[in-house]
Amino acid sequence: MLELYGTRITSRLLLGTARYPSPAVLADAVRRSGSEIVTVSLRRETAGGKNGGAFFELIRELGVRVLPNTAGCHSVSEAVLTAKMAREVFSTNWIKLEIIGHHDTLQPDVFGLVEAARILTGEDFEVFPYTTDDLVVAERLVDAGCQVLMPWCAPIGSAMGPQNLPALRAMRAHFPGVPLIVDAGIGRPSHAAAVMELGYDAVLLNTAVAGAADPGSMAAAFAAAIEAGNAAYRAGMLEPRDMAIPSTPVIGKAVFS
Amino acid sequence: MTVLIKGAGVAGLAAAFELNRRGIAVEVVDAAETIGAGASTYAGGMLAPFCEREAADEAVLRLGLSSADWWEQALPGEVIRRGTLVVAAGRDSRELDRFAARTRGHEWVGGNRIAELEPDLAGRFDRALFFREEAHLDPRKAMAGLYAALLGRGVRFHLGRGDEPTKTRYTAVVECTGAAAIASTPGLRGVRGEMLFLETSEISLSRPVRLLHPRHPLYVVPREDHRFMIGATMIETDDEGPITARSLMELLNAAYAVHPAFGEARLVETGVGIRPAFADNLPRVLEREEGFAIAGMYRHGFLLAPAMARQVAERLCAEAAAAELNPSLRQEAIQ
Repeated sequence: MLELYGTRITSRLLLGTARYPSPAVLADAVRRSGSEIVTVSLRRETAGGKNGGAFFELIRELGVRVLPNTAGCHSVSEAVLTAKMAREVFSTNWIKLEIIGHHDTLQPDVFGLVEAARILTGEDFEVFPYTTDDLVVAERLVDAGCQVLMPWCAPIGSAMGPQNLPALRAMRAHFPGVPLIVDAGIGRPSHAAAVMELGYDAVLLNTAVAGAADPGSMAAAFAAAIEAGNAAYRAGMLEPRDMAIPSTPVIGKAVFS
Repeated sequence: MTVLIKGAGVAGLAAAFELNRRGIAVEVVDAAETIGAGASTYAGGMLAPFCEREAADEAVLRLGLSSADWWEQALPGEVIRRGTLVVAAGRDSRELDRFAARTRGHEWVGGNRIAELEPDLAGRFDRALFFREEAHLDPRKAMAGLYAALLGRGVRFHLGRGDEPTKTRYTAVVECTGAAAIASTPGLRGVRGEMLFLETSEISLSRPVRLLHPRHPLYVVPREDHRFMIGATMIETDDEGPITARSLMELLNAAYAVHPAFGEARLVETGVGIRPAFADNLPRVLEREEGFAIAGMYRHGFLLAPAMARQVAERLCAEAAAAELNPSLRQEAIQ
C-alpha cells in the first residue's frame, strides 16, 4: 500500500491521458492498467477555451483519481495560474507541478520548480513536483513542503529508460521516507521494473502506453512489470557476485552455509 | 418519398447525392447561407485510409478504401491520385519506422525517388514512405461540385433559413449537422482543429506530404493557385475561437521544416473547425424518430462520408421497399 498525501493507493502505476488514438482506447488502457490515478494536462487540452468539457467529463467518468498537471508551462506564474484553474476544474488540491526549462529536452526548470512549489504549498496545494535526479533540488522541494518527489529517468517521451541508475539509487537512499515516483523517460516494461527494483514507490507513464500499437495490452504489461519490480524489491534481491556458486550441493558433501 | 437532409456539409451533400442517385427525391436545408459552412470547409481533403490507420481503427481503413472511387464517380476529374508522401526530419527518422510498422500500403523510397516524386523536396530527406494508392481532393471544390450536380438534377436547397421547411412533406429526415449535434447527441464531443493556408510560387508539390514529428505532426496538402493547406491540430475542446498563437507557431515551424520556402510564403487564411467525435472516434449512422443521423465524422469527413451516405441510403431504400410491399407501413411512413 502506498500513501500519497494521506491517500492510500494500491496500484503503483500512474497513467497520463494524452496522445491516445481515442478516448475509448484511453479508457481501455486505464482499466487494464489498474491505475487509480491519471494525470491530465489542463493547459493543452482546453487551449484557453470555455471548457475542455466533454474530454474532462470522459476523464471523470473513468472513476479514478485525477492528478492535474501543469504540462506546457514555462514560467512560475503560468504554472501557479494553471494549478489554480485545475483546482477549480477537478476539485482537487493535488497538482503535478511541471515547469519546462528547455524547449528541446523538456528538462524541468528546477529553480522555477522550487519557487512555484513553495507558492503552491503555501496555498494548500499538495504538490507532486516533476524534477531531475538532483539531490539538492530534491532537498529544496522537500523543504518547500513537497511530500512526494517525481524524478525523471530520461527526457519526457524519449522512451530511453533509466539513464542514471546510480543517481536514482542515491535518491532512494537519501529520501527513505518520501514517496518517490519515476516520471518521464520510461519506454518499456523492463525500464519500469528496473526502477521499481531500486525501491521506487511508483511509476508515471504516458507515451509508452499511448504510443504503443495496442495501448490496452501495453498498459497491462506495464502493470505486471511494476508489480514484479515492487515484489522483487520487497523480497530482497541477490547482489551480483564475482564468482560462481553452485545452486545444487555437490554430492557427498553437505553444505551448511 | 422525399427525404429531407439537414446540413449541407460534406456528410449532408454526400448523403443527398447518394440518395438522389438511387432515385429518391431529396431536399437539403442548412441554417447557414452557404454550403459547407461548418468544419468541412477546413478539411484537408486527403483520401488517405492507409495513413490514417496509424492512429485510427481498422474500420476507418475498411470504410475509407473505396472513398476515392466514390468521389471520382461523383465528380469526374476532381480526385487526384498521386499518393501520399510521409517524411521525417533526420533526427526523427525513427518515427518513420514506427509509422511503417503501424500501416500498410506503403513502400520505402530513398532520396533519389523522393526527388523524382517531388522535385522540390530533392535533397531534403534521405528516406520516406510512399503510399501509392492514396488520393486527395479540394474539399471546397468537391462540395461546390456536389452542390452544382444536385442543383442540376433539380434538388431544392433551403439555405440560410431559420425555420425549417414543413416536415409533413417528408417521408424521412437525415440529420447531418456536424458539430451542431454535439449538445443533443449523447457521447458526442468536439475536437478542435486549426489549419492555415500558405501561398507561394517558390515551391510546388503534387501530393499531400505528411511530416512526422514526435510533438507536432503535420500535413501539407497542395491546392491550385500555389496554395498549400497546412493542418491540423487536434485539441480536446469545442471552443471555436480563432487559432492560438502557439498552434500557429507550431504549424508554421513544421511547414518550414518541410521546406524553407514556406518561410517566405504568404499566410492567406487561418481556420478553426470543430470535429464531432464519439469516444472511439468512429462515425455512426444513428436511428432517429424521423429517420437517421450521420454523426461523429471526426477528422474523416471526406474519407468516410461516402461510406456513411451509402449506409443511410441502403437503410432508407430498404424501408421504402418494405413500404411498397406493405401499404400500412407506407401510410405510417407518410404520417
